[in-house]
Amino acid sequence: MNPVNYLYLAGLLFTIGASGVLIRRNAIVLFMCVELMLNASNLALVTFSRLHGNLDGQIIAFFTMVVAAAEVVVGLAIIVSIFRTRHSASVDDSNLMKL
Amino acid sequence: MNSLIPLLVAAPLAGAALLLLGGRRLDRFGHWLATAFAALSFAFGLALLASMLGRETAERQVDVNLFSWIPVNGFQADVGFQLDQLSITFVLLITGVGTLIHLYSVGYMAHDERRRRFFAYLNLFLAAMLLLVLADNYLLLYVGWEGVGLASYLLIGFWQHKPSAATAAKKAFLVNRVGDMGLSIAIMLMFAEFGSFAFGPLLGSEGTAGAVGQASEGKLTAIGLMLLLAACGKSAQVPLQSWLGDAMEGPTPVSALIHAATMVTAGVYLITRSASIFNLAPDAQTTVVVVGAVTLIFGAIVGCAKDDIKKALAGSTMSQIGYMILAAGLGPIGYVYAIMHLVTHGFFKAGLFLGAGSVMHGMNDEVNMRHYGGLRKYMPVTFVTFGLGYLAIIGFPGLSGFFSKDKIIEAAFAKGGTEGWILGGVTLLGAAITAFYMTRVMLLTFFGEKRWQPDAEGHEPHPHESPSTMKIPMIVLAFGSVFAGGLFTLNSSFLHWLEPVTGHAEGDSPLSPLTVTLITTLCMVAGVAVSYLMYGRSPVPVVPPVGSALTRAARRDLLQDDFNHAVLVRPGSALAAALVYFDSRGLDGFVNGLAATIGGVSSRLRRIQNGYVRSYALSMFGGTLVLVATTLLMRSV
Repeated sequence: MNPVNYLYLAGLLFTIGASGVLIRRNAIVLFMCVELMLNASNLALVTFSRLHGNLDGQIIAFFTMVVAAAEVVVGLAIIVSIFRTRHSASVDDSNLMKL
Repeated sequence: MNSLIPLLVAAPLAGAALLLLGGRRLDRFGHWLATAFAALSFAFGLALLASMLGRETAERQVDVNLFSWIPVNGFQADVGFQLDQLSITFVLLITGVGTLIHLYSVGYMAHDERRRRFFAYLNLFLAAMLLLVLADNYLLLYVGWEGVGLASYLLIGFWQHKPSAATAAKKAFLVNRVGDMGLSIAIMLMFAEFGSFAFGPLLGSEGTAGAVGQASEGKLTAIGLMLLLAACGKSAQVPLQSWLGDAMEGPTPVSALIHAATMVTAGVYLITRSASIFNLAPDAQTTVVVVGAVTLIFGAIVGCAKDDIKKALAGSTMSQIGYMILAAGLGPIGYVYAIMHLVTHGFFKAGLFLGAGSVMHGMNDEVNMRHYGGLRKYMPVTFVTFGLGYLAIIGFPGLSGFFSKDKIIEAAFAKGGTEGWILGGVTLLGAAITAFYMTRVMLLTFFGEKRWQPDAEGHEPHPHESPSTMKIPMIVLAFGSVFAGGLFTLNSSFLHWLEPVTGHAEGDSPLSPLTVTLITTLCMVAGVAVSYLMYGRSPVPVVPPVGSALTRAARRDLLQDDFNHAVLVRPGSALAAALVYFDSRGLDGFVNGLAATIGGVSSRLRRIQNGYVRSYALSMFGGTLVLVATTLLMRSV
């Protein structure tokens, strides 16, 4: 199978994730979309590794996974604490930074 | 002996400081303290006169250099005094008449709760005026000049609770500022031209020529005209005359002080002192003569129409000072007579004002002469002293004014040519009008039947003679009014006395002195007769008749305020309004517009910060896209 197809899949997943970040309000869904984008880029990195025949892409993918895991820990904690104070998981409600 | 000279100024200055700083505990006897300081200064003056009389004519001038005031490289200002025959004449007039006015004020201001302050200001006035006449350079003279302006402001506005008095004080101060500008410019011109403003090196003394001899005529004319402007301000000459009438808002002793001993005489002093400058600048001299002649008639006409006794006398002062300025403008033929008239005028004008104050004192502060009448029976002393002053000012033969005014008229004719005839005519006309309005004042006040009106609270006036503190000064001044002129003219003593300082030249008169005297006396008699026919034979109406256009104009001071308002005030306010418009619309408009533009732009930019996470994410994506696209594009190129 042509590995380039994986790149198309990665692009598709990234686009779905990006659109989700832009369109959805629920913080959990938003978070899932961010994860989707990270995984799309991981897929692309792994595919590049395969195409180039070296391991650089795979190593970077591991880094990404570690960073994503840390991000999930911090991000979920923030979402939980926001939900506790505001009884809502909508990102549009947290707009106090607006001028 | 010479160490007394600074004390002349220091005595009244110390009095003013003591009274102003001493506080309430001086309220009971502060006025006597002030009078004593003034008298002390007079005593010093007499001692100095005695010592001066004991010296030879050539050694009479005394210079005292007190200390160096502003020692800068290339600029040297000293505090020094110059006492010569001219200064001592003024010193004695100022302190002598000043002391009498102090004494009079003790009675006049007896019921005023701010009397201590009043006497402090009187002392300050004397000190400033003495500094003015004793200074040996123009800069120190300027200090005294400004001091006189300040003291007159404080005294004219002494009853500051009356808005009219406060306004009059401001008016006097502002009009005087215009004149002061002239003096300061003249001093600057002198320094720029000669590098000095001390009398000695500049004007020269007897036998030695001063620096002014080397200057061009144009420069001297400029300096002379600026000095004349200064003199116009202080001496209330046209065109800076408008403050004098309103200055009557001050207490009457102040009017007497301003009109007789201090203030208005300063201009005449300045011109006479600067004789060396004026002698070399004929154009400036001609201007001086014109100013004097115009003011002479102007003041006389105003004096004819006023019903307010003090304002009628103020018009008269203006006119008499006009005589002096005219005489001073005639050059060496007139200087001595200008000063002689100044001294005799000091006596009779002070006497007249104190008499007017005495009348007001007895009439519940009524000033309208149409509400007087028949007062000679109720105030005999005031009547006699005022009457002697009256005879002196109209030039009744044998009294002071007769001698001094006659000399000025002779000098005017002696100017020669057409000018001489015109000036002679003007001075004669002035003499006739003087006789007219002074007779009017006399008849309205002391003769005829009673026209007394109850005052605002319904009290009928009960005219009574004033206390003796007021009577004594009036009597002394009446003696001066009667004898001073004769004494000065006897053996030409005043002429010989002042000649070494001012110089003197005999003019070439087309008329003999006797003819001039006869014509003058005839003019005087005519003036008195016309006045008697108008006011002495029929009852005077209490309500003033409408009168001719000239009368109505003269009642409004010949429209001087309307003129100033139309020519100076209105264009001035228009200019100010235009500047305000330019400032608020032009300058502020630009700045405010800039601020509004930046504010509008930033409030639009602010909308980007809407607080929605999604829109920030969108801009991040957009930015990334742009970066990637640019990178790719650059790489392909």
